Amino acid sequence: MTPGAETPEGADATVAVRHDLDHVPLVDPAAKGGLVGVLRRRYLLKLMVRRELRARYIGSKMGLAWSYINPFTRFLTFYFVFGIILGRGQVPHFAIHLFAGMVLVNLFTESFNSGTRSILQNKAVVQKMPLPREIFPIASMLVSLYHTGPQLVILVGACLATGSFSPDPVGLLAALLGFGIVILLGTGMGLMFAAINVMYRDWTRVVQIFTQVLPFTAPMMYPYTLVEKRFSGFPEITHFYLFNPLAEAVLLIQRGFWITTISPADAKTAGAEWGFKPGLHTNFPDHLFERGLIMLGAAAVFLVFAQWVFTRLDDKIPDRLV
Amino acid sequence: MTTSIEVENVSKKFSMQYQRTLKQVAVAKLRGQRIKDSFWALQDVSFQVQQGEAIGLMGLNGSGKSTLLKHIMGVMRPTSGTVRTRGRISGLIATGAGFHPQMTGTENIYMNAAILGMTKEETDAKFDDIAGFADVGEFLDTPVGNYSSGMFARLGFSVAVNVDCDVFIADEVLAVGDQPFKKKCMKRMEQIRDSGVTLFYVSHAAQSVRRMCTRVIVLEKGVVGFDGDVDEGIHYLHYDDSEDVDAEEEQTTDGELGSEV
Ligand SMILES: Nc1ncnc2c1ncn2[C@@H]1O[C@H](COP(=O)(O)OP(=O)(O)O)[C@@H](O)[C@H]1O
Ligand SMILES: [Mg+2]
Repeated sequence: MTPGAETPEGADATVAVRHDLDHVPLVDPAAKGGLVGVLRRRYLLKLMVRRELRARYIGSKMGLAWSYINPFTRFLTFYFVFGIILGRGQVPHFAIHLFAGMVLVNLFTESFNSGTRSILQNKAVVQKMPLPREIFPIASMLVSLYHTGPQLVILVGACLATGSFSPDPVGLLAALLGFGIVILLGTGMGLMFAAINVMYRDWTRVVQIFTQVLPFTAPMMYPYTLVEKRFSGFPEITHFYLFNPLAEAVLLIQRGFWITTISPADAKTAGAEWGFKPGLHTNFPDHLFERGLIMLGAAAVFLVFAQWVFTRLDDKIPDRLV
Repeated sequence: MTTSIEVENVSKKFSMQYQRTLKQVAVAKLRGQRIKDSFWALQDVSFQVQQGEAIGLMGLNGSGKSTLLKHIMGVMRPTSGTVRTRGRISGLIATGAGFHPQMTGTENIYMNAAILGMTKEETDAKFDDIAGFADVGEFLDTPVGNYSSGMFARLGFSVAVNVDCDVFIADEVLAVGDQPFKKKCMKRMEQIRDSGVTLFYVSHAAQSVRRMCTRVIVLEKGVVGFDGDVDEGIHYLHYDDSEDVDAEEEQTTDGELGSEV
């Protein structure tokens, strides 16, 4: 036969080399390796994340600048509403207290929500291509994580603007630990519900409602000290409150980026009505770090569980995507 | 000879959900209505394919051809039985899979190639071939949302045929695209076949199967009805009776194709 103009004769030669298949084993084409398989396809993962980010800002003049404008506006709103309108000086730098928590809560709800929708959204690919299907919720999580960058920049900017920001290594480590917990949990939830959502489409809504309630379960719109104070007669309730990994994570990031902005002068003017007193120990529960590490471990175990659930449902996913 | 594909006693059961939401399911359960029904799309399918064979997979609509190919691609897993394959699989089951309407042709080529398992370097090296084959000209740098459906299909096809694969799967792909492009595709698939790639080709067109394939497998309601010689397979399906209007149409198309290639 005559090779077409489109394909140089060399192309056939390369194919011929690849076709020395004696040493290539017969394998199950459907075995894609789960999360490990996703790691093997980092290049595709990168393209998927980039596509998602580009698609979001395509056609807009300011492009990525929007991802700074959004959180910045949110911070200004917090500042005016909580710092100036409601500002009774109960909790110093309350806007930062809230915004720091928001960074983590947003990361969690975004990766949970978008992860849950991810497989249905990529239906066309999932039905036709053999991929480790975990790649879709993982990509969603990475996109959410990417959006956290600008928020962190705004957060640090706000901290610096107080003029009394003195970050300490322990605080930064705490914040990192908070991130770790949220990333593991957000990935796990996104992964698990991405598969569940294919089986029952209602879950998109359920997850939406759930994530709307979540911000109120973490100490950001109110200080942790208020919780302790309200339930001072029932320490069990406070204890129970702290079982919420999101509450723990928010406390950890506040340890890094809020308490460290409070100068002794700020502390003096703060009112005691909400239980705020200067000093680390009154504003955070005991054993903050130990709790954080245990949460991190629990979140890791949860991720393994989520992967297990995903694997159990995985085979049904292409059948159900009609 | 190396075995390329091994399908052993593969059966696939689909359950058809009548109710989609939790509420509907709950209500149906309370009323004692059936919430699902199941049926077998493939039943005890077995065959072996040697490297370099060109299989024409035929059968009426709904006989399970696409389902079988999805098992070979590794998209689906059988309810029972095993599928084993050797080497990299590419194909036209997924023309344009992962194409994002807002991204340009170039960006989509890279994305599609990555989905098919190519690395960035491989795609770089093949890019000119792919772009040349797609032949969409300067549209390559505009969003594919603006493409005509033919251009869209061409782009998807050109990525797939340029993947360095060991098994190539084509599922009724030539239904889209204009005549010149169909011819080009057939020619390219012949090249792929001649280079020693195992070919799996689904088509209702007897003549193109005759030209492309060395063996025919006929599926009938999920069961292998025939497996063997091409002409016998086509005869088995009565696709060579020219009373059939559909077949006649296909043959005209084939005739046109055949005359020029
Ligand atoms: N995911 C699915 N869920 C339920 N039924 C399906 C699914 N996919 C295919 N089917 C059914 O299986 C049968 C075989 O389909 P298919 O393999 O697409 O046939 P063909 O490609 O030969 O036309 C059809 O009756 C089709 O309706
Ligand atoms: Mg089909």
